[in-house]
Amino acid sequence: QGLLRRSVSHSFLSFTSITGACRAIQKLTRVRVVDNSALGNTPYHRPPKCIHVYNKTGVGKVGDRILLAIKGEKKKALIVGHKMPGPTMTPRFDSNNVVLIEDNGNPVGTRIKTPIPYILRQKGEFSKVLAIARNFV
Amino acid sequence: RVSSDGKPEKFQPPPKPVIIDKQKQREERRFLSPEFIPPRGRTDPLKFYIERKDMIQRRKVFNIPEFYVGSVLAVTIADPYANEKASRFVGICIQRGGKGLGATFVLRNVIEDQGVEMCYELYSPRIQAIEVLKLEKRLDDNLMYLRDALPEYSTFDVNMKPVSHLDHEEVPVNKLQVRMKPKPWSKRWERPKYNIKGIKFDLPEKKMKEAQKWSQPWLEFDMLREYDTSKIEDKIWKEVSEGL
Repeated sequence: QGLLRRSVSHSFLSFTSITGACRAIQKLTRVRVVDNSALGNTPYHRPPKCIHVYNKTGVGKVGDRILLAIKGEKKKALIVGHKMPGPTMTPRFDSNNVVLIEDNGNPVGTRIKTPIPYILRQKGEFSKVLAIARNFV
Repeated sequence: RVSSDGKPEKFQPPPKPVIIDKQKQREERRFLSPEFIPPRGRTDPLKFYIERKDMIQRRKVFNIPEFYVGSVLAVTIADPYANEKASRFVGICIQRGGKGLGATFVLRNVIEDQGVEMCYELYSPRIQAIEVLKLEKRLDDNLMYLRDALPEYSTFDVNMKPVSHLDHEEVPVNKLQVRMKPKPWSKRWERPKYNIKGIKFDLPEKKMKEAQKWSQPWLEFDMLREYDTSKIEDKIWKEVSEGL
């Protein structure tokens, strides 16, 4: 299941105080990696967190690049969906979804099962990520 | 037939057939879309009249079917970034908001274990088709609690066949009581402010009693909050049915 608040998924310890799930993605948001890369899917005792958003404002929306801290390493990622409601006619997901990416824009994983919004086709630099996506919304 | 006298019985005409006048029943059951009813306020009714004219114009060109919160819809919109320039989304309507031309409705579905919600504007020219796959009502006006319910209650097959609904019958009310995920929820649905009847609360009695502490029983008797829409609805219904 997706990232349930206060639930044990990917075997990180249950902790007592948790901030309410934050809406758009900014520094220190816990995110959910949706591709089938090894880095994203192996369990670790800490959830992957955003440590920087490559944006003039520090808030990341769909299509923004962010820096993730996973398993003690830094990795760039692309935001493919967030809990914050966006403009009408755009989908709102129940979890903050992210796809791991290299510095040149190539995706790390080979398949993306979760639905991806069509808006990502607007910027031409993510064509390789969209090529591995299966479902679109 | 011969009676006991031996004489033929008096002619009994056959019983009259019962005719269900479907036309009359359809007229008695009339549905006015909630975005036609103006909100209570001090704005000039001329603004709502002009908006209603525009809404009727749009409805003449594009058919917006009757649906309620809890019915399953499939919406196709024009999308420049999609293959074939059109994208289809199937989901259950959890909320209908806004009045006038900005009226919106939110559809929810769970695809590949990921919950997705799409908010559409009813009168947007980007919408190409709205089909009602299943017309039904639920016990509440607002199904936002489906976000905290088990995902099986929000999953609907993308290729589901439309369930036929006869015109003259009443809209069925689905009295489903939904099971929730363990707490915490995004909102405290057990509180009387939300007045939710469609959840099967498995909480202990103590918690339910504690939730009643926030009840405001005086609100239903507050006369300043009353908004009687029956006369306004009648007028608007006449206007809309003449326009269409």
